[in-house]
Amino acid sequence: MSSAAADERLADVGRLRRLLIRPELGAVVGAVVVFSFFAGQSEVFRSVAGIANWLDPAATLGIMAVAIALLMIGGEFDLSAGVLTGTTGLVLVTLATRFGFNVWLAMLAGLAVALAVGFANGLIVTRTRLPSFIVTLGTFLMLQGLNLGVTKALTGTVQVAGLRGAEGYESARAVFGGTVGDSGFRVAILWWVLATVVATWVLMRSRAGNWIFAVGGNEQAARAVGVPAARTKIALFMTTAFAAWLVGSILALRYTSVQASSGIGQEFIYIIAAVIGGCLLTGGYGSAIGASIGAVIFGMADKGIVFLGWDADWFKFFLGAMLLLATLANRLVRRYAEEVKR
Amino acid sequence: MILQTRDVGKSFGSVLALRGVSMSVAAGQVTCVLGDNGAGKSTLIKILAGVHQHDSGELLVDGAPVRLSSPRDALDRGIATVYQDLAMIPLMSVWRNFFLGSEPVKSMGRFDVARARRVAREELRAMGIDIRDVDQPVGTLSGGERQSVAIARAVHFGARALILDEPTSALGVKQAGVVLRYIAKARDRGLGVVFITHNPHHAYPVGDRFLLLNRGTSIGEYGKADITREELTTLMAGGSELEQLEHELRRE
Ligand SMILES: Nc1ncnc2c1ncn2[C@@H]1O[C@H](COP(=O)(O)OP(=O)(O)OP(=O)(O)O)[C@@H](O)[C@H]1O
Ligand SMILES: [Mg+2]
Repeated sequence: MSSAAADERLADVGRLRRLLIRPELGAVVGAVVVFSFFAGQSEVFRSVAGIANWLDPAATLGIMAVAIALLMIGGEFDLSAGVLTGTTGLVLVTLATRFGFNVWLAMLAGLAVALAVGFANGLIVTRTRLPSFIVTLGTFLMLQGLNLGVTKALTGTVQVAGLRGAEGYESARAVFGGTVGDSGFRVAILWWVLATVVATWVLMRSRAGNWIFAVGGNEQAARAVGVPAARTKIALFMTTAFAAWLVGSILALRYTSVQASSGIGQEFIYIIAAVIGGCLLTGGYGSAIGASIGAVIFGMADKGIVFLGWDADWFKFFLGAMLLLATLANRLVRRYAEEVKR
Repeated sequence: MILQTRDVGKSFGSVLALRGVSMSVAAGQVTCVLGDNGAGKSTLIKILAGVHQHDSGELLVDGAPVRLSSPRDALDRGIATVYQDLAMIPLMSVWRNFFLGSEPVKSMGRFDVARARRVAREELRAMGIDIRDVDQPVGTLSGGERQSVAIARAVHFGARALILDEPTSALGVKQAGVVLRYIAKARDRGLGVVFITHNPHHAYPVGDRFLLLNRGTSIGEYGKADITREELTTLMAGGSELEQLEHELRRE
């Protein structure tokens, strides 16, 4: 029967379409292209040591990109996430070196500060209904000022250093800042993988994940069927803040010092990685794995350009080009997905 | 009576959106709320749905006066609402939408995805809704299909009262027919249905009671036996106004 045949063909198109509209698709293709490009020209790049080298920036960026991806799927932005990595690092090093805190205790204090900032961001956004872009731009500037002001007042310089001498440093570093055995791979990579797995599981397999997609896709509709929209969003801002604390602590433990300007400018890179990974700027769509792959692309380009002996300025050019390409690809894919109606 | 209002009123600042409206919804019956644009239909059902709180009169659920604090509160009492434009989330799949806000969970907040998929498919089929693929984004469904899924969802979640805000107004004749059929099906399952429309031709065939609103006040509540389709149409359009319009538009 002709109608049955048509239905079967429709089913096939559906399957292909579902594969094509995976949000990660653009990022996967991009990662393959970028890897082939650098691996083809640099032997170091494709060696184990090389891979460990470019996975390192991918890991810290990736932890943030995954959290930002969740937040963006939930329909919000956080411009204060970058500078918050600096704030948590500064809290950690300052408390441990100037006030004699145990490193673990200082980290806990940093976590409390981060969660408070995330909670404040979320509360202001959900209460006032102001765009999170503006609200977190405000917190971004305030934190930037605090980081510099407090650091200068305490040390007379723009950095705090000397974490190595603090109590508990070695054990904390082993967990957050060190390498996995003698392999040359940073433990941060494990944290990043863990973040990606947990975020993906939450999105795809938990009730909270359903709520995240819903509040980003249409907040009013979500609220009307009983989704606790404000709570979901506040939790997302706090998740981002938690990630910022994790990354800030990892970096502080690794370098034992933190610049007061640390993290500034990174916020956009997180967003770019998430967008390359398939997140829509309008919310309601995206993937945590995609954001992770976006971060890998950055890590590869960041170090690959160095391996090739190019000027690091080219990285910025690459960044812009990737962003444009990814957004265009995402839009095409989404149009295609919506076009094949009926 | 599942739902009843007695002289409810609601004002937004200085705007009196609703004054002294009484109505009732019984199990297995359809109450139609008719009125022109701005008559207060949406305001009335938002009170029933827990979106707004009434500021005068009484709202009774199962005969007991209540004040619904939120849509969640209304849902917990078995009052489900399907809104015209914000019924579904377009980028999410049919099954995710179907269970949104009432996800079946296993231990530790784990969303029982397999069950959600299966139940969504079964429930849609039981309502006679033919959806090819519960994984497809709701945005790719037609308007009538979307409304139907929303109705099936409310029925599945044990709604006793189902409120539909202009479910047919954006639809063509055929699609509207599909939705009316699901309204009848929900009624036959014993739900009390509140059906908002400004089209008497959609209201009359399924309705058991008709509440007419004009500029925030009730013109009257009629049983089906007390009113003909023509009377309904005339009342609805403001009677003499329609005649005058006809007069105005007549060719010289
Ligand atoms: N949140 C609000 N704030 C102020 N005024 C409101 C609000 N909601 C409704 N109104 C006013 O109340 C009156 C009734 O509006 P309502 O939406 O209930 O009408 P309706 O019968 O649903 O109309 P339509 O057929 O166009 O949907 C209108 O004059 C409207 O402007
Ligand atoms: Mg209305």
